[in-house]
Parts: sequence; C-alpha cells; structure tokens
Amino acid sequence: MSAYFPTMGLEIHAELLTKSKVFCTCSAEFGGTPNSRCCPVCSGLPGTLPVLNQRAVEYIIKAGYVMNCDISRFTKWDRKNYFYPDLPKAYQISQMPRPVCLSGTVNIKVNDEDKVIRINRIHLEEDAGKLVHDDVNRISLADYNRCGIPLIEIVTEPDFHSADEVIAFVEKIKLLLQYAGICDCKMEQGSIRCDVNISIAPKGSDELGTRTELKNLNSLKAIAKAIEVEIDRQEELLENGERVIQQTRRFNEALGETTAMRSKEDAHDYRYFPDPDIPPIIFTEEELEAIRNSIPELPEQRVARYVDEYGLKPADADIIVGDKRICDFFDAAISEYNNPKAVANFILGELMNRINRGEADMDALKFGGAEFAQLVEFMQTDKISQANGKTILREMIENGGNPKDIADKGDLWIKEDNDLLAKVVDEIIANNPKPVEQYKNGDQKVFGFFMGQANKALKGAASPKAIQEYIRKKLEE
Amino acid sequence: MDLTKAKIRDLRKALDNKEISAPELCAEYLKRIDEQDGKLLSYITVTKEKALSDAENAQKIIDAGKSSALTGIPLAVKDNICVDGVRTTCASKMLENFIPPYNATVIEKLNAEGYVLLGRASMDEFAMGGSTQTSAFAKTRNPYDFERVPGGSSGGSAAAVAASLAPAALGSDTGGSIRQPSSFCGVTGIKPTYGRVSRYGLVAFASSLDQIGPICNDARDCAIMLNAICGADAHDATSARVETPNFTEKLGQPINGLRIALPKEFFSDAVDSSVKACVLDAAKELEKRGAVLVECSMPGLKYAIPAYYLIACAEAASNLSRFDGIKYGFRGEGRTYEELIRDSRSRGFGEEVKRRILLGNYALSSGYYDAYYKKALALKQEIIRQYNQIFESADVILTPTAPTPAYKIGEQDNDPVKMYTADICTVTVNIAKLPGISTTCGYTADKGLPIGMSIIGKRFDEQTILQIADAWESGFVPLAPEL
Repeated sequence: MSAYFPTMGLEIHAELLTKSKVFCTCSAEFGGTPNSRCCPVCSGLPGTLPVLNQRAVEYIIKAGYVMNCDISRFTKWDRKNYFYPDLPKAYQISQMPRPVCLSGTVNIKVNDEDKVIRINRIHLEEDAGKLVHDDVNRISLADYNRCGIPLIEIVTEPDFHSADEVIAFVEKIKLLLQYAGICDCKMEQGSIRCDVNISIAPKGSDELGTRTELKNLNSLKAIAKAIEVEIDRQEELLENGERVIQQTRRFNEALGETTAMRSKEDAHDYRYFPDPDIPPIIFTEEELEAIRNSIPELPEQRVARYVDEYGLKPADADIIVGDKRICDFFDAAISEYNNPKAVANFILGELMNRINRGEADMDALKFGGAEFAQLVEFMQTDKISQANGKTILREMIENGGNPKDIADKGDLWIKEDNDLLAKVVDEIIANNPKPVEQYKNGDQKVFGFFMGQANKALKGAASPKAIQEYIRKKLEE
Repeated sequence: MDLTKAKIRDLRKALDNKEISAPELCAEYLKRIDEQDGKLLSYITVTKEKALSDAENAQKIIDAGKSSALTGIPLAVKDNICVDGVRTTCASKMLENFIPPYNATVIEKLNAEGYVLLGRASMDEFAMGGSTQTSAFAKTRNPYDFERVPGGSSGGSAAAVAASLAPAALGSDTGGSIRQPSSFCGVTGIKPTYGRVSRYGLVAFASSLDQIGPICNDARDCAIMLNAICGADAHDATSARVETPNFTEKLGQPINGLRIALPKEFFSDAVDSSVKACVLDAAKELEKRGAVLVECSMPGLKYAIPAYYLIACAEAASNLSRFDGIKYGFRGEGRTYEELIRDSRSRGFGEEVKRRILLGNYALSSGYYDAYYKKALALKQEIIRQYNQIFESADVILTPTAPTPAYKIGEQDNDPVKMYTADICTVTVNIAKLPGISTTCGYTADKGLPIGMSIIGKRFDEQTILQIADAWESGFVPLAPEL
C-alpha cells in the first residue's frame, strides 16, 4: 500500500456543435482541406472584428444547466495574449473574471458508490489552429480550419482521488454533453480534450502537494495510464527525498511516460484584459428560462423512462443509454415496432455482441433502427427463427439491406411445413432412444436437446412453437 | 475646372450638370497630385488605374441618372482602412506589401455610392503619433509651411484636402487623429460618436477608442460624408444599433439659445496664448449670433493623458501582436519561431510603435495591471461622469483642438512625453466616446498658420456640432495654402 494519496482536478475542453465558428460564419465542421474553412476574421487579418455566435452562448448556458451551475447574469470576454503560430491574432478570446457558468455539481458512480464532483466554472472561448510539422523538409505548416471553433472549458474542483473517479467523470460529462446536443465528444478527433492536474500528499495530510498538469491525453485509456505513471513518478520523487516541481507535462502514450513541457517559472504572463471588440452580455430571466426549457432529455431521465415505462432492467437501460448512438438507434427502432423489451434484448444480445467483436461500427452502420425493428418483429411473430434472425442481422451488418429482402433471397422464412416437421422429428426420436428413455423417466432437461436437433435440421421450416408442440406430443405418446 | 477648395457638393453639381465627367475630374485630381504631392508627400499610394476605372463606372451611374451624393467624387482614404486588392500599409514597413482580400465596411458603403479612390493617404505608423513623421513611407508636410508637420495621425488625409489633392478624405481618430491634423492644415474633420461608423476593416490601434471619420473642406461636406458611411454593421459588434439621421438636416438652422460650455481647464497656460485668444474670439462671435456661453470645469482633464495612453497602448499591444511575420507582412530571419518573430517585429515596427507596445504590455502585465490599466479604466469612468455633468447645462463644449498651431518637423522628436501631452485637448473625447469636430477659427498673425477649435457634442448628437461648425464657417473665409 502506498503511503500517499493523490488529488486531481480536471480541465476539460469541449468543442461545441454549432454550425459556424464562434466569431465568424465559417463552418465549424471537423477536418476539411487545410485552410479551406477560414475567412479574414478567423485567420486574424488586420482590421477584422469578432462577432459572437449567439448559438454558442446558448450551448454553454445549456452546459451550465446540465452541470447544475449558476449562470452569470452578466458575462464578458477577455483576451488571453500569447504568441504561437497556430493563434493568428496572437491572443485567444476567452473569459477570465466573468465566465458564463460558475459553481456546479455533477454526480458520478464509481464502484457502485455515488460521489459528487464540484464544478468550479465553465467558460466560452475559441479554439486555435493546428500545426503540421514536416520533418523531411524541416518546415512547419499552419492549418487554421480549427481556429475559432467554439470551445467550452469545464474546470472542476480538486475532487478526484483515483483514476477510476476521473474516468467515470469524463464518461459522465461526455454523456451529458452528447445528450444535451452540445458536443459530439469524439476524443479521437479532439472534440473533447482533458487535462489533469495532479498532486500527491502523505495519507492523513490536510495539505495538498505540489501539482503537475498532464496534457495530450487523447483517450480514456491514456488518461488512466497517464495518471498511474504520474502518481508513480511523484511517489518515487518524494520517496527519494526530492521535490515535485510545478510544471506542465506531456503524456507520451507510446512510451507510457510523462515528460516536462514547461515549468511555472517560464509560464506565460497572459496579460488578460477585457476584449474591447465584444460587448458584455446581460441575460434576462426569460432568455435563460427559454434556454433551460430547450434542453433535451438527459441520460438519467432516459434511464428512468426506459425502466418505468418500458419495463427494461436498470442495468440494461444503463447500457443502452451509456452510448448515445445506441440509445438513438433504440428509440428509432421502437418507434417502428413498439416492443421495447424485445428490441432491447436483440440490441444487447446480438448487436452489441457484433460491435464488441469489432464486426459492426455504430458510426458506419449500414441500416437504421427501422430495419432492425422489422427484423425483431419478424422473430417475435414467428416469421423468422432466432437462428435465421441472427443470419439476417449479420447480412445487414455486412451489406445493409432490409430483413424482408434478405429473407426472401435466402429463403429464410418459417414455412410451417407440417409434413417436414413430422418427418424430421420422427426421425430424431427414432435415432435417439436413450434421451427418449430419459425424458420418459422424468428428465425434462433433455427436451432442449430435441429442440436443438430439430431446429438445426429444419432450418426455419417451422416455428419454434410448432416444433415444441410436436416434440412434446410425440414424446408423451 | 478650378479645384482649389472645391467642395463635394460643388463637384456633385458639376458632374450632374455634365460640366465635367467623372473620368475628367479624376484625371484633374491625379494631375494635381502628380504635380504637387512630390513636395507634400500626402499620399503613400496613388491608385491611378483603379481611380480611372472607378471614375468610368461612376460616369455610367451618372449617365443613367442614378447618382447619389458621392458618385464620381474622388476621395483619399487613410492607409489603415482595408480596400480589397489595394495595398494597405498602415505606413509601416510591417505591412509594406500587405494587400487585404476584403473591404472595410466604410469602403463597401462608398462603393455602393460609386466613389472614386484616388489613393492611400499617409499617416503616422499604425496611427501612432500626431505629426505623420513616424510614417515609414511618406512623411507628409504641412501645406501652409513645408517645414512644419501636418499633424497626425491622419496627416496625409488632412494635407491632401488642404492642398486640394482630394476634395475630401477618410481618416481615423483614436485620440485626436482626425481633429488635430484638420486643425494644423486648416480643414474640417469630425470624429463621430464611438459606434456611429463601423470599424470593420480599420486596422485597429486601440479598439475602444478608434473611430473612422471624414476630413473635408467644411462641416457641410463632413455631413455629406457621414450620411454615406454611418450605420450599424453586423460585422462590428461595437457599432451602435441606433438610427442614422440625415446629418445635413440641421445645417443652416439658427444657433439661437444653443448653450456652449467652455471648460476652463482647456484654456490653461498649457495652451498657446495665440490659440486661446483665437478660440475665445470665435466663442464671442458665436455668442453674438445667439449662442449662450457657459463657464464650467473639467478637473479630470489632468488625468486624461495618462488614462488615455494606458488604455490606448494596452489595447494596441494586444492588437499589434498579430504582426509576427508568419502569415503576412514583413518577415525577418531566425532559426526558431521566437527568433523569427523577434526579428520580424524588431525590424518591421518603427520606434514609436515599439515604445507603445512596450508601454501597453507593461501596463497589462501581472502585478502592474491594477496599478495602471485598472486605474486608467477608473479614470475613464470619472471623465465620462464629468462630461455628463457638463452636458446637463450645455448642448456642446468648445475647446482648442491643439495647444499650438503646426510645429516644426523634428521639434518634438526626442521628447515623447511632450508629444503625448500635446494630445490633451482631444483624447478625452475618445475616452468618453463623444463626437467632436474641428474647424478653423483663424490664422496666426505672424506666419498665417491655421488654428483649429473643437466642438464636442453629446453621444450621437453629431447634428448639433455640425450645425454650430457650419454656422461658424458661414461667416469665416478660409485661406487656401500657397503650394
């Protein structure tokens, strides 16, 4: 057992899902040919001026509400001044003393225990561009497409004491932002990014140790690993009688280590001051109320609805709601075929299985909830057997299409062929005297064996119900 | 056609009556510039080809009988207002080859009227200075005395209008940069209320103080120009969402009963006695015509210079940070990013610009912010309060525009503080976001140098200051400079 305990706080940057950038009308979409989504404003040409995107303001207010923050009635923007080639104005428009959101809370569950994480503030700012380093020609290229994409920065209090808590929180924030329609939270595309401030102190101590800030954490896995190695590094320093230096450290995922970027001594003096180009905003109660009322159903409310109205098991509802893409898929499916339990079961049992095996990808699914719902309905109404249902789903995953066409083409419908049923079951019973004997001696379990054999041989030529009835009839003759 | 002191409305009449065509008029101004500007250096760039093609387009509009106030009127535009495809240097080596890919909103508005761009007027580098001697390309001279400065920073615009190398010009005013050169060059210039004219496309010096405005031969022409360039702009969040009046509407109305305040601090010993006497004589003349003179005080004026320079330099330091040699503009040398920007900025900017960047960054730096920048903001509020108080018992305020007439080139070169102090009469108007107009009230007895007076109005009340300036001008005969 370690003699130290860690304390962590997070700074999460999330790009807002607005159509246009925060201070100009350029597209805020991800990617694009370098410098194709720029204009004189976001590339910082002399004489240009920022005009605040009201939608971005609406989104950060929503973010504040879903994290139970106080929304400032008066808010304003400041300039954070520093030189960097990806920042064409040499200042970032951000918020210092008057952020839109202050002091909130977010509930998380870690190892079945509830915990409240306090939010210090959320502010709105603009993203910077991207540098591409060409090591062969030894030049650096600047791509300003990302310049001016609206970002919110969520700053927590130092309320975390384990990597599990951090991961649970980040997952929760992702869900909240996704469900509120604020951010798509694609870590791999950088639309949500997380910095971890971390310090350790001897167990029982009231004081916090010197902290370091971990940057460049591109996945939940990277966050967990970086925290682990940074705690180890700090412990080793203290064990050896050395000091932790306050600094920013970059996590190198390939090497599994953190390396110093800059220390407090050479930290920037950002010379914040109010941006004279952007008038402060005063919100009225009516405006805030309208924004609050426009927040869609949040994850916790959805789980409750699935359990209460649809009768799903809480654990199943949690899994479906835990991935917004699956949840939206589920909603689309049950609007086509109103049998939530059956749809949920086939999602959880079969679709998730394919996804987890890497055979299906929710971001590139070749069919929609409606097609999926049809398939479930066919199985529920004994038109297609379970086995053939799985075959059809596999086909849909691979090549798309709808279940009816696939069933037609592959001759996968249940035909209720009673002659064939009788012939096949009679043969099975004749060829298996031993299990027949067992059944007659009261061993009900062997019934499943006959069902399995019959299903296999019939390949959907009869419904499970018909098979079951016929077997039972024959065995009890 | 004699273009000496030709007014916009005279040219309008001549164009509409087909006494002269727009291309002919343009060619005459280009000829004057060609002949005279070698001595004066009021233009950085003469956009000859564009001017002639602008003029041809304008003539089509005139021929179609669709001309508006500025159709075919040739104008000079200060070199810090972006014109699509036309080099815009800010009189700095930093932007020597900068060609904006977009138009400032004021240029869009002038284009809509079919104006003709004669060229880009010289200025102090990045509008920092009051002499146009910090221009990297054209150190403009005063048309009344080539040994003297034209004022600044819009010195090129004022000198060009004074010498009739343009009938009117656009300038910009951050702390007096339209009014003071207008005063030195004997022309009329107005700084509108902050927010009246869009700043989009004006290369920023101090964003909370900058305002574009016209420099013309008289107040009526200024009103005509304002009618064309004012209005709320979706590209500038600080442009005011107020209605734009017809600025010529009140011109010629009697000034009976209008109350003119004379704050005593503006007539202190810091102001030349010749200037003081001239402005006070003008005040008495206005009183004779029915205006009421009101004595008052503005004790906050003594804080005006430090407050102004702290705010202006702080904003400038941030605004000018984008000039790093990476994307456009002058690029120095260096192996690393830091070396590259250090060299680009060290060599691209002139001394005065660098002095103000240093001052501004110092005022904003951690540990000094409260003592300097924050205090300056408090002083700003105090100055606004004192103006409001004066306006409770007055309609306008009358002051000298500058403490002295045009001074000799080189006279203030080694004393920046003295140079800054010379802005005392104009800076508070920018701090309080008020409109101010400078018009000529006389000439010095010995050398015949113009003396300007400023009329300051309430926010968005350009009409009253135009009315009073126009009333004054109706009884005043300006003297054209001998070139």
